[in-house]
Amino acid sequence: MNIVIINYGAGNIQSIKFAIERLGYSAKLSNDPEEIRTADKVIFPGVGEASSAMQKLKESKLDQLIPTLTQPVLGICLGMQLMCNRSEEGLTKGLGIFDVDVVRFRESVKVPQIQWNTITKLKTALFKDISEGEFIYMVHSYYAPVTDQTIAMSTYGEPYSAAIGNANFYGTQFHPEKSSQVGAQILSNFLEL
Amino acid sequence: MYTKRIIPCLDIKNGRTVKGTNFINLRDAGDPVALAKIYSETGADELVFLDISATEERRKTLAALVSRVASQVNIPFTVGGGISSIEDVDILLQNGADKVSINSSAVKRPELINELASKFGSQCVVVAIDATYIDGEWIVHLVGGKVPTKRTLFDWAKEVAARGAGEILFTSMDNDGTKDGFANEALARLSNELSISIIASGGAGTMQHFADTFTHGKADAALAASVFHFKEIEIPVLKQYLKTQNIQVRI
Repeated sequence: MNIVIINYGAGNIQSIKFAIERLGYSAKLSNDPEEIRTADKVIFPGVGEASSAMQKLKESKLDQLIPTLTQPVLGICLGMQLMCNRSEEGLTKGLGIFDVDVVRFRESVKVPQIQWNTITKLKTALFKDISEGEFIYMVHSYYAPVTDQTIAMSTYGEPYSAAIGNANFYGTQFHPEKSSQVGAQILSNFLEL
Repeated sequence: MYTKRIIPCLDIKNGRTVKGTNFINLRDAGDPVALAKIYSETGADELVFLDISATEERRKTLAALVSRVASQVNIPFTVGGGISSIEDVDILLQNGADKVSINSSAVKRPELINELASKFGSQCVVVAIDATYIDGEWIVHLVGGKVPTKRTLFDWAKEVAARGAGEILFTSMDNDGTKDGFANEALARLSNELSISIIASGGAGTMQHFADTFTHGKADAALAASVFHFKEIEIPVLKQYLKTQNIQVRI
């Protein structure tokens, strides 16, 4: 299987690569549009600040490519957020793949959320063999509210989208590559879609 | 859901795990990658690697270790020790570290916190603060607790949070190595006054100490070393105990 991790200078790319290798696959890091377009699976990582990450995507014209992809695509953390309509962080216009706006956690909770949280109301094959209430690792200050595209829910002060799905596009707010055996199973499910 | 985290800390010197009492008298407790893997498979929520090497090769040795850990461990981990520039952090994150912990370099040049937060995001910037209670004040110390500064714990903690730290790792030098429990009064005050996560460090000796630091100390996470390394406390047993104390943990 040809797995490409989009390498645009804003990701915890090494950890995702290692996680895929632990599952017995290998992954290529690339920002080449042709390599990304022809991959069997595409992973879109992201860590850091939204507007500067989006700027980097634009520099390599990947902002135009990603929404046109037809194979399974998995956005992780900031990657997922950039796939939404827009983000309150840096007032960033997103890729518009997920029909929701990303907002910041309010003052009543500690920000960033850094903890193992539970996921519930699991939908789609991404969560095959995953039980309701399993723990995954979350690190973020902004979140996508719950919408009809939500495929996993968490609560931190208020309910939010732990994962979103739309056709061939999936996004997880949590880090499957850092979420122990549960995360490994979710990543494996994605690769088997 | 608010889940408390249990974090074993591995002190690293020249690629090996060490741990001292009050930061002196180091004892060897094994290979860091093997230990890290065991911890990740037995319920640790995160790991911290604190590099105390002082060789010229340290940066290269540490990056190689970080890469080995990242390849075998599927939980988040933080790397600290001697980090003083954006370049240092970049190398560690590229090799697979999730967060870095800075201490002395932040006290010497607080702008470093802002720079790291804006370049890499607050979520990967942990500021470690070592302090000792002297004449009614918590005084921040450097160099593993040996050198006092003019800064006080609560003022400095507020400043690092305002500058963009994502978490504070507070070690009470008075409690560290004593196995008499964490500095819960100071921890609770930090947790009340700040809106970022607080990691308690220094003093773990019994399972009740962990329960106390989460309830009385209001800590978001608790870090310990020797009680885990020498199996005085096993993490799965600890977590079951915490659950019976109505403390939410990942099991």
